[in-house]
Amino acid sequence: MTSPGVMNGHLLAAKGIVKSYGHVRALQGADFDVFPGEVAALVGDNGAGKSTLIKILSGTVRPDGGEIWFDGRTLTIQSPVEARHLGLETVYQDLALAADLDPAANLFLGREIRQPGLRGRLGFIDKKAMREKAEDAFATLGIGLQDIDVEVAMLSGGQRQAVAVSRAVTWASRVIFMDEPTAALGVVQAHRVLELIRRLRGSGMSVVLISHNLPQVFEVADRIQVLRLGRRVATLRPNQTTMEQVVGAMTGADLEAAS
Amino acid sequence: MAREKAPAETAELTPSPEEAELPRTALAGLTAATSTWIFLVLVVIIAVFSALDFDSFASVFNLRNITIDASSLLIIAVGMTFVIITSGIDLSVGSVLVFSQVVASLVMREMGAEGMDVILAGLASGLLAGGAWGLFNGLLIAKTRIPALIVTLGTLGMAQGAALLLSGGINVRGAVPPELVRTVGLGRLFGQIPYLVLIAAGVTIVGGVILHLTQFGRYTYAIGSNAEASRRAGINVPRHLIKVYVLSGLLAGLAGFVLLARFTTTTIEGHGTANLQAIAAVVIGGTSLFGGRGAIFGTVVGVFIPAILRNGFIILGIRPFWQQVAVGAVLILAVYFDQVKRRARERQ
Repeated sequence: MTSPGVMNGHLLAAKGIVKSYGHVRALQGADFDVFPGEVAALVGDNGAGKSTLIKILSGTVRPDGGEIWFDGRTLTIQSPVEARHLGLETVYQDLALAADLDPAANLFLGREIRQPGLRGRLGFIDKKAMREKAEDAFATLGIGLQDIDVEVAMLSGGQRQAVAVSRAVTWASRVIFMDEPTAALGVVQAHRVLELIRRLRGSGMSVVLISHNLPQVFEVADRIQVLRLGRRVATLRPNQTTMEQVVGAMTGADLEAAS
Repeated sequence: MAREKAPAETAELTPSPEEAELPRTALAGLTAATSTWIFLVLVVIIAVFSALDFDSFASVFNLRNITIDASSLLIIAVGMTFVIITSGIDLSVGSVLVFSQVVASLVMREMGAEGMDVILAGLASGLLAGGAWGLFNGLLIAKTRIPALIVTLGTLGMAQGAALLLSGGINVRGAVPPELVRTVGLGRLFGQIPYLVLIAAGVTIVGGVILHLTQFGRYTYAIGSNAEASRRAGINVPRHLIKVYVLSGLLAGLAGFVLLARFTTTTIEGHGTANLQAIAAVVIGGTSLFGGRGAIFGTVVGVFIPAILRNGFIILGIRPFWQQVAVGAVLILAVYFDQVKRRARERQ
């Protein structure tokens, strides 16, 4: 299975990924690739395997088979920690925030700043430093939180989304996966997320966007890869494709569109 | 973008900004003040008892007795606070306490029941016994998917049974070195502050520092709040849970040892409801049974409300059975407040 431009120059690529849950074969030899500084959209109908594929690439789930290439070499991503060391960050669909902790604590979850010296070695964390850095991060991304000391549960849906996105943006150096980042948002907020995606691309970051919202995908993506029944069935360019063709590839109604 | 973001967001998600902002800040204040509220309840209780019979209730002698009685429960409740914040539960603490007492007593009796080395060996074996049950609990809870309620209900029976097997079903006597009883059991710093109380206070302060200021504490909250998010954030959730249950077991062992010093014998039959008392204290103190939130300060208050009610009722000649009724009501009220807060929060 060859698609245009797959073999050369990609930053991250999945090849022939297989994953089953019991009798359910979520991925049956799925391919996927991302170039440096591009917005790669991953679309597909419910159950096509999008989320499973992203979880594998972000180290949350381990594949049964297949290869992952990163920076020109093949590797395994055994855990979220390993993915993070590679510079890969994920905005999960459920946001993966600890609702009882404040935004700064969530931003630094698992990467707490310790106090200097002996206190740090005893495990004391530097709440003040984390709070200041979190304020900086939110300000840089243009996220207005009236009260940064309030727990995440008290924030609005859009603000929670913003916290999850800024965590990924703060720590990512190579690729950011965004699983339905606009699903819970209103029109204005969704627009801001798309704007942010463009800005990230402008700074050289790769963004993988999973979305059901095809107009948004067409607005921001450089390439669209279509997953169907656990396989990639098409790689399309928005400026050379219509939405009908993408829908055709997603549903299998028009496999010719996959070219 | 920074300047226009906040108002746009408010307009988008809520019909009226004024309406939306008010309850949010009010709720935040209420949440922060959970322990404060329950502390006020404690102050009122103390004030009422003092007003009704100041000489008996507020005497140094009486207050000393209350704190001595509460000290072993406080030690257990500190461990229970960590466990409940991870959204777990440890029903086994009372049995583990008894098991640790029996092990420590047998070790000390075997060694001659005299001298500093015997005391240290007894302490070490008691802590080891408690920690081992904690490790067993933690391994099962973290590695299998058996709920903590069931695992610790199982070890409650196992530890109790094992303690009875080891002791032959009767309290181990003649095992506690007299030096231990004189110092830890009955002694006071400067002739005023009982060592028992100092030990409990030390455990509480260290527990509070760990919970509120260290990474260990931060992970405890994070796991109770969202275990899957913690895992994705790179926190080793099973390992942390094991540590938390070991801590609970160790503190049960310590409480058992402290009680040995006080009563000079094991107290096999005395701790059937220690688990429930500890859980009640933690929950009355504002720690949520659903995990993710709570404070050591609240637990201290939660230990003292039942203790002072019991004591005050006795002094006033009210039948002490009323204490159980009152504590039960306070417990239900505390959980009710937690639920109201959660619901208000989810409506955001």
